[in-house]
Amino acid sequence: MPLTGASKIADILEQNEAELLQEWQTELTTSDMLRRDLIRQGEFDQQCAEFLRLMRSAVQHQNLTDVQAPEWSSVRQFLASICRSRVQQGFTPSEVALFVFSLKKPLFTRLRQALLQQGDIFAEAIADITTLLDHLGLWTMEVYQKAREETIQRQQSELLELSTPVVKLWDGILALPMIGTLDSTRTQIVMESLLQQIVETGSQVVILDITGVPTVDTLVAQHLLKTVAAARLMGTDCIISGIRPQIAQTIVHLGVDLSAVITKATLADAFAIALSQQGLKVAPKS
Amino acid sequence: MERIPILKMGQFLLVTIQVDMHDRLALTLQDDLTNRIVKTGARGVLIDISSLEIVDSFIGRVLGNISTVAQILDAQTVVVGMQPAVAITLVELGLSLTGVRTALNVDAGMALLQHSIGLPPGENSDHGQS
Repeated sequence: MPLTGASKIADILEQNEAELLQEWQTELTTSDMLRRDLIRQGEFDQQCAEFLRLMRSAVQHQNLTDVQAPEWSSVRQFLASICRSRVQQGFTPSEVALFVFSLKKPLFTRLRQALLQQGDIFAEAIADITTLLDHLGLWTMEVYQKAREETIQRQQSELLELSTPVVKLWDGILALPMIGTLDSTRTQIVMESLLQQIVETGSQVVILDITGVPTVDTLVAQHLLKTVAAARLMGTDCIISGIRPQIAQTIVHLGVDLSAVITKATLADAFAIALSQQGLKVAPKS
Repeated sequence: MERIPILKMGQFLLVTIQVDMHDRLALTLQDDLTNRIVKTGARGVLIDISSLEIVDSFIGRVLGNISTVAQILDAQTVVVGMQPAVAITLVELGLSLTGVRTALNVDAGMALLQHSIGLPPGENSDHGQS
């Protein structure tokens, strides 16, 4: 077999696995970018050893350029599982990528010792190992990113479930306290659950409270007006309450016409109006 | 030809739509209703659409037209019992039926009609809190 960079790398990994592991761990431990408080020593050692072992068997196929090839699949899967657990442990992206990149230095040292006399093969081996470890590092980034996105998506759907309560204030009076930014998806869900509650409770008045809505732009205002229009189509009056001073100014600046809707500054005012529309009033006990 | 029955109840006309509305049926209803208002001198029209699952833009417009025509003939129109899905569809279509009065159910609609022509609520009305 002719001596190539790839075969030399395979030899080195084969023969010096224990020493490489030792040097790599020292490299990882001394680097101040790795936070040792986030992971247990035993787990960490085990991950390093396992990764090196999988590397060794994958390198035997002498394919150092395409990490998507089937012989690398076990390495990729192992890296992916490490990444996912590190995302949960709170590591930063650089720390996760460093796990792979820090293997370069020990490998380079070994290669230099072994190939001191053969300059061109040494250069070839360096190029190979750099490409390989770069690809593996990028792979960890991809997995890291994906794990993050999954977390965000899960939180978004949880937020949707949390944030649309329809509250019954009195017989025939519903309140809808809106909290957080209103986008199309959320308004759709809010509208559906509100209309469903209107049917179930037979309510004549609904109070939309926007105290918890941080900003009102034209889109949010349009969503609000749609909700009001849909409730009106079903025969229910809407009152919008909880309009903060800045928001009132924004609404006027934007030229949104809320004149068709009763608006009140606080939920209490809106409730008083709703009661009087129902022919009720709150009176002292005596 | 298929027709939607129009019932007379005192001074009001009562229409309950219980079949799928298609365009021709809607136009027939508009004609019939206009004729009946003139013939009976009714003061109010109550249209119950609670069993209507689908309302397209044309039906929406016909409902608006009926209301406007009735207004000219001095009769108030109330549309009652619209389903949530129908309401959302109409709003998304940009039809908010301005000018059409709405109520949750037939009871509330009747009370609204009686109030609008200045009648006291009927004896059998169970509105108002007990």
